[in-house]
Amino acid sequence: MRILIPLLAVVVLIAIGTVGGGGARYLFFVVLPYAGLAIFVLGIVYRVIHWARSPVPFRIPTSCGQQKSLPWIRSNNQENPHNMLGVIWRMILEVLFFRSLFRNTTTEIRQGPPRVLHNPDKWLWASSLLFHWSLLIILVRHFKYFVEPVPNWIIGLQNLDGFFQIGLPVLLLTDIVVVGALSYLVLRRLWEAKLRYISLPADYFALFLLLGITGSGIYLRYFDKSDITLAKQLGTGLLSFAPVVPEGLGATFGVHLFLVSILLAYIPLSKLVHMAGVFMSPTRNMVNNNRWERHVNPWDYPVTVHTYEEYEDEFRDVMKAAELPVEKD
Amino acid sequence: MHDAGKVTIGLVIFLALVSAPFWYNLSSGRASYTPEVEYPKDAESCVRDSAYMAAHHMDLLDEWRDQVIRDGQRFEETPDGGRRECSLTNTCLGCHVSKEKFCDRCHLYMGVEPYCWECHIIPEEL
Repeated sequence: MRILIPLLAVVVLIAIGTVGGGGARYLFFVVLPYAGLAIFVLGIVYRVIHWARSPVPFRIPTSCGQQKSLPWIRSNNQENPHNMLGVIWRMILEVLFFRSLFRNTTTEIRQGPPRVLHNPDKWLWASSLLFHWSLLIILVRHFKYFVEPVPNWIIGLQNLDGFFQIGLPVLLLTDIVVVGALSYLVLRRLWEAKLRYISLPADYFALFLLLGITGSGIYLRYFDKSDITLAKQLGTGLLSFAPVVPEGLGATFGVHLFLVSILLAYIPLSKLVHMAGVFMSPTRNMVNNNRWERHVNPWDYPVTVHTYEEYEDEFRDVMKAAELPVEKD
Repeated sequence: MHDAGKVTIGLVIFLALVSAPFWYNLSSGRASYTPEVEYPKDAESCVRDSAYMAAHHMDLLDEWRDQVIRDGQRFEETPDGGRRECSLTNTCLGCHVSKEKFCDRCHLYMGVEPYCWECHIIPEEL
């Protein structure tokens, strides 16, 4: 059920997109994309501000690097940064190359004489990296549908993506990579019992939704082709706030655009908000200077204390009656 | 809000990235531009109907290329029983004389750089 429900949800969304792309054009090509975009932007801003309101008074050192202490002990400014430069470098590696995930391990019990083994597991890291980078390149490539004139560097990126010039329109490598990586990310949840057990419908929904988007995009590019200048007229119209709904964009395009609108709205409401959250990770984005800078807890308020002297004053008679030692008579 | 300065910088960068296409179009002033291709005046019909050609011309060219290069079939039959050469240079560009006023209009608009011209000559440039 945890797999079927999100799958059904995406199928239903695709069906709605199909109907909407053919029928209620203005709603599906203008209103819903705007709604999705608005929820995306406002939602991200809201969540970031919400996070920023929680105080993180103390620095959380991670134990995988030597902290800066005495000058003759070599410290590791990347794993345990003692200045802003180190933090920035750690964040760059984290955001662009998922360095924490690179440390991912698997735990298994070896048969025979039972032994717990911790093995490095780079598959999750590799497939996430491939997926995220492909998605970024695909997103940047799509800028050509929203801006006029198309900047040369986007054309260059697109030509690089279609480097092997397979078929016509040329096969874009990121299209293959993104589907491959997403499929692996789905299959790993289905394949391993432990992962299947901890996977929630939301985990599958995000993956199925992204597969729906990439799938419909690929279908549009290679199979159900249409006059893409119309798509660009819609795109530039939308993003310059003068929407036009051109005739001739079919149901598949409706599915693609509808799923993207859903994804945009879904990002700030779900775990996909990690695209903003990664910048707010306290274990990653703070200088570890607990030892030489005082961080005052902002929620320190005067605590009403009941000292032992007051306690004895209160209970002296009872304590004496019970023959307990008292400090004052 | 804690670390208000840094968080604000981050949010400003986020908003700038999201709204980048809008500013870009505003500065170029070409958001409402739509490409107009120049159709030949004296030709009566295209090799396929124009809706198909707008979406699928690359399919046809791909098909023609394979047919001519691999099977040596340089001609196809027309609906009225005649013969037509499967050739970009002779047939397509025979009517659509100007690559710049026909092919390039949409290709530039869409940021597409087809590699036709790595082999094919452009007659108007000769």
